[in-house]
Amino acid sequence: MLLPLLPAIWPTYAACRKLDAMQPFTRVCGTAAPLPQSNIDTDVIMPKQFLKGITREGLASGVLYDLRFDDNGRERGDFVLNLTTYRTPTFLVVGENFGCGSSREHAVWGLKQYGIRALIGTSFASIFSDNCIGNGLLVVELEPATLARIQSLCADPRSNSLCVDLVEQTILLADGTCISFAIDSMRRDGLLHGRDRVASTLHYSADIQAFETRLWDEQPWLKAPARA
Amino acid sequence: MSTNTNSSLAERGARVGGPTPAPGAPRTTYDKIVDAHTIRRLDELYVLLYVDRHILNEYTSPQAFAGLRETGRKVRRPENCLAIVDHVNPTEPSRSREIADPQAKQQVEYFERNCREFTVELFDVMDSRQGIEHVVVPEQGIALPGMVIACGDSHTTTYGALGALGFGIGTSDVEHLLATQTLIYERLRNMRVTVSGRLSPGITAKDLVMSLIQDIGVAGATGFAVEFSGAAIEQLDLSGRMTVCNMVVEAGARGAIIAPDDTVFDYLERRPRSPQGGAWTSARRYWQSLPSDAGAEFARELTLNAPDIEPLVSWGTSPDQVVAIGGSVPDPLFEPDLVRRRGMQRALEYMALKPGTAMCQVRIDRAFIGSCTNGRLEDLRAAAHVLKGRKVAPHVRAMVVPGSTHVRREAEREGLDIVFTQAGFEWRQAGCSMCLAMNNDSLQPGERCASSTNRNFEGRQGRGGRTHLMSPAMVAAAAVAGHLADVRRLPQA
Ligand code: SF4
Repeated sequence: MLLPLLPAIWPTYAACRKLDAMQPFTRVCGTAAPLPQSNIDTDVIMPKQFLKGITREGLASGVLYDLRFDDNGRERGDFVLNLTTYRTPTFLVVGENFGCGSSREHAVWGLKQYGIRALIGTSFASIFSDNCIGNGLLVVELEPATLARIQSLCADPRSNSLCVDLVEQTILLADGTCISFAIDSMRRDGLLHGRDRVASTLHYSADIQAFETRLWDEQPWLKAPARA
Repeated sequence: MSTNTNSSLAERGARVGGPTPAPGAPRTTYDKIVDAHTIRRLDELYVLLYVDRHILNEYTSPQAFAGLRETGRKVRRPENCLAIVDHVNPTEPSRSREIADPQAKQQVEYFERNCREFTVELFDVMDSRQGIEHVVVPEQGIALPGMVIACGDSHTTTYGALGALGFGIGTSDVEHLLATQTLIYERLRNMRVTVSGRLSPGITAKDLVMSLIQDIGVAGATGFAVEFSGAAIEQLDLSGRMTVCNMVVEAGARGAIIAPDDTVFDYLERRPRSPQGGAWTSARRYWQSLPSDAGAEFARELTLNAPDIEPLVSWGTSPDQVVAIGGSVPDPLFEPDLVRRRGMQRALEYMALKPGTAMCQVRIDRAFIGSCTNGRLEDLRAAAHVLKGRKVAPHVRAMVVPGSTHVRREAEREGLDIVFTQAGFEWRQAGCSMCLAMNNDSLQPGERCASSTNRNFEGRQGRGGRTHLMSPAMVAAAAVAGHLADVRRLPQA
């Protein structure tokens, strides 16, 4: 029975999580690993055997598990994240439609715990991209031609580092070029300040209350019977 | 298929969001529902959206409840929530509360405790209403036209079949929703898919939606709410409409809508939690105002011709990698796009298939009927119809996992369980089961499965397992033949 142990785990978990949520993103530099395959889904990013926990912890080991390890649990030597230069990347430069499929946020928690601070790609699945932002993981969407250039620079260990500046909305590449990217202000502010979104919304409690009263007045069948 | 794109799909980074129609301008059903649930605008892109119902499951909610405890917050409207155990429970033919897997057991126990402490209603494993969330919610009459419903699961779009806006959210948003009964929501753009004509005999809603995904690709509907209309959609029963709205998620959609009509009202009238008496009359009057106005703007319009649709099967590891059952495994060499070609090669390697192989020659080891896409009574009837008087091929292990305990009971009343078991199928208890293989139902490495589910991703049904997606009737046909087969051409029973 693990359940009685929960209270003991919670404080550490809570501390980790606060740290996590409050880590703001301003300017981050590091290694970028290329992962050009398109449609990498969240089943691949975080396979099912890692979904059975009740905390957010311990997910780094599950990231891209079947790409990193073979059937016997041995590292696949040719996979990019197993190469010496790409072992501890700060960024992943990914293929189109990254994060499609299941809504599991475990995929994002795992990537963060693995050390990833931003994903750079052309397009991301919508639930996945919301999950990233909610966890302080930046997603940058670029034109395919621009992304192809970053992919090829990062494929070379001599030019695989870059800096992402969210304040300036730029990416500085190893060849000295600077690329600008767009991001909406809600997402940008959330990442820059690491806000508690629930707290922000609770500021509107009175509005929510008033709205709800009016909605139920107009569509009374929407009101669920209160539970004892 | 004809395509007419009014606005470029290539706007990157600068997220566009859907436009809010000017006051008095014609609106789509999606617009009407979003407008009726907008508490306030937050900026030029986002609104604070009120959510009528929140469905929770055991695997995407634990961290959300933990978050509430940690911050000392309450569930704002527990009566708007419904919790259902479906992903990790075993589906052995006889049901018990016991779960052998200690992690799954812990997850279910934590879920039960959260529901108790936060006073959320729970359908647990022993409940006669238990089942896959997206099968249970409509059959109980919980999803109603015009509602906004969110759940920590991507296939929440299923409720579009009832004229409700359903969409999936991550666990952080589950926490946000529990605490506030709202979400910070970015309006989607409207897409309309008109399916004209009539589906040919033997062709199902599954083939229809797979055909759409094949056409537009796995990101073809990203950023859109997709409205389905046209004669072929109107002719679908509610179960078929749910299949369509459910699986359009595999094209990236985060909302699906079919205008509520008499099919919907008839379906709802008999449900345990539908409005009754006077409330029913006024609700129905309101629901009749929900269909899109003439002249409402759709950013993207597509048409499909129903008679052109054939029974489809997937060959690869992405839901758009599909081909007609009469066709063969495609050759990546004919794919001009390099990234896509590499994707195809990789998929063929994983699936252990050679280009040019006739799909009808692909031998299977397993057959699976179930899931929120195709686990309803109508799906089971369609499969049983094929299986009557036939036997599953000796080398195939076949199972049926009804979408809900209610579906299981109804099927037994009709004697479908007898048809399945006599044919050689295992008749099991309700749950997600081998749709994602989080419980002990899974493929062994290298096993090949004909499956009525929605995702053929690498490892989805078990590490190293190979999934071929198709309709329930086609799964039944494959189980009998021992290889993928055209349900219209099975030898006489
Ligand atoms: S049946 Fe499959 S797709 Fe549906 S909710 Fe369960 S795991 Fe998800």
